[in-house]
Amino acid sequence: MIGEMDILQMRAALDAGERTSASLAQDALRAIRKRDGEVGAFLRMEEALTEAAPQALHEASPLAGIPYALKDNLCVAGREMTCASKILKGYRPPHTATVVKKLQEVGATLLGALNMDEFAMGSSTENSAYQITRNPWDLTRVPGGSSGGAAAAVAAGFVPFALGSDTGGSIRQPAAFCGVVGLKPTYGRVSRFGLVAFASSLDQIGPLTRTVEDAAMVLQTIAGHDPLDATSANLPVPDYRAALTGEIKGLRVGIPQEYFGEGVEEGVSRAVNAAIEQLKALGATILPVSLPHTSYALAAYYILAPAEASSNLSRFDGVRYGYRADGVADLLDLYKKTRGEGFGKEVKRRILIGTYALSSGYYDAYYKRAQRVRTLIREDFLCTFANVDVLLSPTTPSTAFKLGEKTDDPLTMYLNDALTIPVNLAGLPAISVPCGLSDGLPVGLQFIGRMYDEETLLRVAHAYEKAAGQTFDALRRQGGIARV
Amino acid sequence: MFETVIGLEVHVELGTKTKIFCGCAVEFGAPPNARVCPVCMGSPGVLPVLNEEALKLAVRAALALNCKVPKESKFDRKNYFYPDSPKAYQISQYDEPIGTNGYLDIEIDGEKKRIGITRVHLEEDAGKLNHSPFGDVSLVDLNRVGIPLIEIVSEPDLRSPEEARLYLEGIKAIMQYCLVSECKMEEGSLRCDANLSLRPAGQAAFGTKTEIKNMNSFRNVQRGLESEQVRQTRALLAGETIEQVTLRFDEATGLTSPMRSKEDAHDYRYFPDPDLPRMFLSDAYIEERLREIPELPDARRARWIADYQLPVYDAGVLTSSRDIADLFEQAVERVLDAKLVSNWIMGDVLANLKAQGIELRDTKLTGALLADLLENLKRGGISAAIAKDVLKHVMEYGESPSKIIAAQGLAQISDEGELAGIVTQVIAANPKSVEDLLAGKDKAIASLVGQVMKATKGKANPQVVNRLIGEQIQAIREAR
Ligand SMILES: [Zn+2]
Repeated sequence: MIGEMDILQMRAALDAGERTSASLAQDALRAIRKRDGEVGAFLRMEEALTEAAPQALHEASPLAGIPYALKDNLCVAGREMTCASKILKGYRPPHTATVVKKLQEVGATLLGALNMDEFAMGSSTENSAYQITRNPWDLTRVPGGSSGGAAAAVAAGFVPFALGSDTGGSIRQPAAFCGVVGLKPTYGRVSRFGLVAFASSLDQIGPLTRTVEDAAMVLQTIAGHDPLDATSANLPVPDYRAALTGEIKGLRVGIPQEYFGEGVEEGVSRAVNAAIEQLKALGATILPVSLPHTSYALAAYYILAPAEASSNLSRFDGVRYGYRADGVADLLDLYKKTRGEGFGKEVKRRILIGTYALSSGYYDAYYKRAQRVRTLIREDFLCTFANVDVLLSPTTPSTAFKLGEKTDDPLTMYLNDALTIPVNLAGLPAISVPCGLSDGLPVGLQFIGRMYDEETLLRVAHAYEKAAGQTFDALRRQGGIARV
Repeated sequence: MFETVIGLEVHVELGTKTKIFCGCAVEFGAPPNARVCPVCMGSPGVLPVLNEEALKLAVRAALALNCKVPKESKFDRKNYFYPDSPKAYQISQYDEPIGTNGYLDIEIDGEKKRIGITRVHLEEDAGKLNHSPFGDVSLVDLNRVGIPLIEIVSEPDLRSPEEARLYLEGIKAIMQYCLVSECKMEEGSLRCDANLSLRPAGQAAFGTKTEIKNMNSFRNVQRGLESEQVRQTRALLAGETIEQVTLRFDEATGLTSPMRSKEDAHDYRYFPDPDLPRMFLSDAYIEERLREIPELPDARRARWIADYQLPVYDAGVLTSSRDIADLFEQAVERVLDAKLVSNWIMGDVLANLKAQGIELRDTKLTGALLADLLENLKRGGISAAIAKDVLKHVMEYGESPSKIIAAQGLAQISDEGELAGIVTQVIAANPKSVEDLLAGKDKAIASLVGQVMKATKGKANPQVVNRLIGEQIQAIREAR
């Protein structure tokens, strides 16, 4: 059954002639129609599927003929894209994101658009203007966010991979909550062209998959310099699958003490500590390290990200596309009503915070100071990476929380990203892999790597995954995922 | 009395083929929204990528204006809501411009005066709002969005509207010389806003300034500032205070009036644009831009006065535009008679351009063609009258003057035998003029020369004709 298969298994079935890309896609669409009513991962599904990928493509890329879905902030020319916001209802972009072009070129099959927090602002996908997404492990709980639809779709077995975006943890946190693998590449490794910007200096596109090897394959396809994105790095893309040797003897793994503070739940600590033991057994050297400015990261992030967002989201004004308010008196009224009615509460909150932080008279006290904190955090990591090859921490302080549990308290909601945000501020690559269950809910283990060193990151995550047997499927057998 | 203090903000469109952050063509006069793409329209998810050519031109311009060009620079976002700005921010430069601390020399009443330039920064242009002919709506044209601009901000060093005009003309000449911009004010590729304030003579502190917009020609810059100068003088003399406002110059009335929008209330919330990496300019890069700067008008003027003994006035007129100056230089290298070339350019060439309302580059005239024409003239191969006609033809069709002269038989007749016969006929046919001449009315010779010219279709050598008429009249006088 398709819901049981990851990319590699589908690849094998395709290559053996047991399946065709069309049958994989049809089965997936049938499963989504049947079971997504309960999960709510998909906002829209492709109605007419493209022809099966030609044989030449199947030989060229492991992703040929593999179904996938996109977070609803990635542009596909002519297809509706809303960022889960009312303000973009019905909007069809004229251009296609570079990552999507690359997947089109290798012949992967797009199945549809996935739910998210509006404009990627949130940690539970409850900020979507359209629907709630439920965690497939426990339908009373959130899938995390903002790429909650992507994590839930992979966990529910609808698609073997999805693309999300990560600004402060938006790939890794939902991956952790849903027991799947989530990779945030180095800032600049993957083109942002066609990703609707939330915070341009922090955003990065990455895959959510069921295994580390699958993540390596997707990264291989979407990575690389793009002349359409001036912030994409002009560096060669290494062979990521070749890096998955299973060998991590002597690898120095740093454990930042600041990431194991009192906010971390006991069940999460227990699972992560077990993972540390596992890495020791594999021959890794475990070293305690310190990242002293960690406690300032959250505050700096909640200045910088909203500041950039306040500017990025200004273009949604009702003049050229998207939602436009009726019955307006003049231009100012058009702006006020369109944006007042079109944006949700969390988006408005962040636009206000960001506008305030950039206002004359406050710029130095907020934006500039936050930039200095960002530099300190980057330097913390730089110093640490002189002595270790990779860092390890929990992905989130807790497992998936109940729907509605934190919606009235934005601050507690923000704390959920405390362990993922510093990584974005520093621009580093990081991955979340499942590392066991706590009270039947998945726990995420985060590895953080050096700039552009996704190879080491993938190698250690893969070695751990293989040795511990903590894959999504293994967890499901142990924990009994809700049968959706 | 009062001293006038003026500062100018000049916007110059850079002459790139494509826009600053996307691949759209830069083209004046295209149909509305025909030169746009998702990037310059600010569609969700698009990103700007810097056009290297725009940076090159901006650095070249800054260096030509004697600015310091720092090794690092960056782009900032200037945030404001208005339909002419599809992203609701303009990509500009705030605290790290391409150039700072430059200057431009102007010449006023025969004296050189140095005008400080505070900064030169690179930015993208905004769109245009047109009022609809079909009712009470505004129509947005985004063709202009993303055309690269530099903004050149002067120090408040200008002391009269005339100085302001001279400074602006100086900017235009330098930008044209450096091939940075065509600087056509009527097409908006050169635009100018001004600040003007008055202060009692001798006072160090500045008075309250007003900003004047919409002065769309060199003449109107001077007119607008003169009008505002008068308005402020009257107000101050009447004991009123000057309000800090933005004014609009009305070409028809020649007056300034307050604009509706309150621009000063804006808080643009500048911050570094995260989509565009910092720019690092190497010494070699800056050196290369310096080498691209040709001899500028001031230097050229001085050289011509020294080397060609050209009058100061001629040198000034001829260097005011690079095309004209190049034409002069190319022609004079062959003709070797600077004053002759200067007279013809300042005379017939400029007059023909003015009559048709076109620029030199709209014609087919080159230095080589002009030299060919003037060499024929100098040799006595054609008459001045014929040369004028040939010049018009050359400007329109670009044919070689020597070929035109040969093909149309325009060569001057200097052959005395041929001309003597014609003179004899003319004298026989005009007894009245002959009698006048014999009676001592020397002016009557002009009529006879005219007749000879008419008979030869203007080709007769006038000096030879004059001499032959004199000789034949003398012969008649002696015969009587
Ligand atoms: Zn464009």
